[in-house]
Amino acid sequence: MDSRIWQHPIIDFGERKGREIYFNFNGKPIKAYEGETIAAALYASGVRVFGRSIRFQRPRGWFCAIGKCSSCLMKVDGIPNVRTCITLVKDGMNVEYQDPRPNLPEKTEFECEHVKVETDIAVIGGGPAGLSAILSLNELGVDSLIIDENPWLGGQLIKQTHKFFGSKASYAGIRGIKIAEILLGELRKENVKSLENSSVIACYREGKGFKITAVKGHSTLYEIDAKGLLVATGAMENMLAFPNNDLPGVCGAGGVQTLMNVYGVKPGENALMVGAGNVGLIVAYQLAQAGVNVKMIVEAAPKIGGYLVHAAKVRRMGIPILTRHSIKAAIGKDHVEGAVITKLDENWNPIEGTEFEVEVDLICLAVGLTPSTEILMQIGCEHAYVPELGGHVAIHDKFLKTTLDNVYLAGDVSGIEEASTAMMEGKIAAATAAIDMGVNVEKAENLRKKSLHELELLRSSPFSKRVITGKEKVYSLMEEISCG
Amino acid sequence: MGRLHEGVISVEDLKDILPPKERLEKGPVAIIECIESIPCDPCSLVCKQGAIIKPSISTPPRVDYDKCIGCGACVPICPGLAIFMVDYTYSEDKGLVYLPYEFTPLPEKGEEVIALNREGKEVGMAEVVKVITYPDKTSVVCIAVDKDLVMEVRFFRRKENGEKG
Repeated sequence: MDSRIWQHPIIDFGERKGREIYFNFNGKPIKAYEGETIAAALYASGVRVFGRSIRFQRPRGWFCAIGKCSSCLMKVDGIPNVRTCITLVKDGMNVEYQDPRPNLPEKTEFECEHVKVETDIAVIGGGPAGLSAILSLNELGVDSLIIDENPWLGGQLIKQTHKFFGSKASYAGIRGIKIAEILLGELRKENVKSLENSSVIACYREGKGFKITAVKGHSTLYEIDAKGLLVATGAMENMLAFPNNDLPGVCGAGGVQTLMNVYGVKPGENALMVGAGNVGLIVAYQLAQAGVNVKMIVEAAPKIGGYLVHAAKVRRMGIPILTRHSIKAAIGKDHVEGAVITKLDENWNPIEGTEFEVEVDLICLAVGLTPSTEILMQIGCEHAYVPELGGHVAIHDKFLKTTLDNVYLAGDVSGIEEASTAMMEGKIAAATAAIDMGVNVEKAENLRKKSLHELELLRSSPFSKRVITGKEKVYSLMEEISCG
Repeated sequence: MGRLHEGVISVEDLKDILPPKERLEKGPVAIIECIESIPCDPCSLVCKQGAIIKPSISTPPRVDYDKCIGCGACVPICPGLAIFMVDYTYSEDKGLVYLPYEFTPLPEKGEEVIALNREGKEVGMAEVVKVITYPDKTSVVCIAVDKDLVMEVRFFRRKENGEKG
């Protein structure tokens, strides 16, 4: 089986694929292409079960695809707990299922290099917010460094095959994948310092600054001393509670987008989309572009949450959207074979007798995101639970300063929004950092003013009401704290 | 407001913003099916005639039908794929619908396809009159349909092997 996509309306995957290589999976050779992750190559060859749960040995499969959910941990070249979704496959690599609670190898057969790095501002996370931030810091002359744990910089932009809304300043009308190319092009041109494929594993306050440890594979340990931090770690897809929600084939909608739009692998034949917000609508459309038959989109709310134009796009193709409907259970043994859908009453409770089954091999969950705020929590930024922003967020002001000196944040980690606003926040946070450090203050103030204005424009639609309410809550908490 | 909660815009929803009959009879004209306040403005920037009016970035666009010359530049530009162009002057009984298309393979000129309305329902047959491709991969497909379907048809599907119209 090879479910790679060779014909796609937007992306030329043939041009993108690297050299054909082979690796071993549980002793059997598997074909892959350089540039694919282990998990993507396995999925393309028909592997759906990536691991087993600790207690009940239940199968685990593809879910987030960005190193956040731990569903794909495997033993790679003798080392357990490798996140196969963000680890690139190599020729001759040995990949195997692992004991759900594995022991560390007794002897380490690899040499680990220890590298010390000093910088003024460390930007953690290389998505739209982080990239905009580092480019602005660079432009303002602030010594800075960007760290990202994925095989490719660009965050979620690299899978956004649709054109963005927004203003010229926020790259309106350009596909996310193209915006990533533009930002990365600037990054390379400017010779910005970056640690790619490197995960931050700890972050501490030390003196007036911060010490960050990061690891690149198992070859390099970085010890980074930074005067300030700009955290742009993004978000993680939400799970939904229903029986069998852990079955392989139940995936985050964003995770599926990564599989098909970054790695060019067809995620399934027949899909159910749960959630009709913008993510659900856009990914349903992109599934159709990848040749997947999207049977329906179900939405628990009485109305579609996303933009009408996105809904209209899938409706006119004949994909039904059932509002006040939700998934009741996933069906299948080792992999999704179907789903039970139920109608909901006005109090969001299932109406008995309205259940029906759909035959699908893929269930995509587009039911919101939660900010990935672990690093900000670890270093002691004060947090608040703000439902409008997607969960716990570090308390901050409109200049994106947190409750700790020299710690800034931008993008989804500061509240779930979108890539266009994340890019503006990146610029604002970078400008604030420069101002606080006294570097190029006048230029930084101009950039901040301009970006705040752009951000206001992007939030000027009624769709931003909820985010604005959340942001205002956070700003007022920040004011309370700074007033003592 | 018709069936907006189901993601389907209707002619009824658009009645205040559609071009008057006299304008439709003059030649090709843009139809913008974007009625929400989305912060977005590529359509108004691409129009060389200044025919797409957006007082602010979050105001839904309006077309000045006296200025619109039916050049079609806005059709592939809209990130929401919500702009179409119609031409009632194509022939005695057929009109043209220009629609944005992002699927592969592209249909061929002269091909007979199945016309779909805004709900994805099959409403008749159409002939592909023109396929215009652009470097950014949103193509514009121009199809000819019966005149009474011009305001209904917004998509099409290619016939499957052996399928009859």
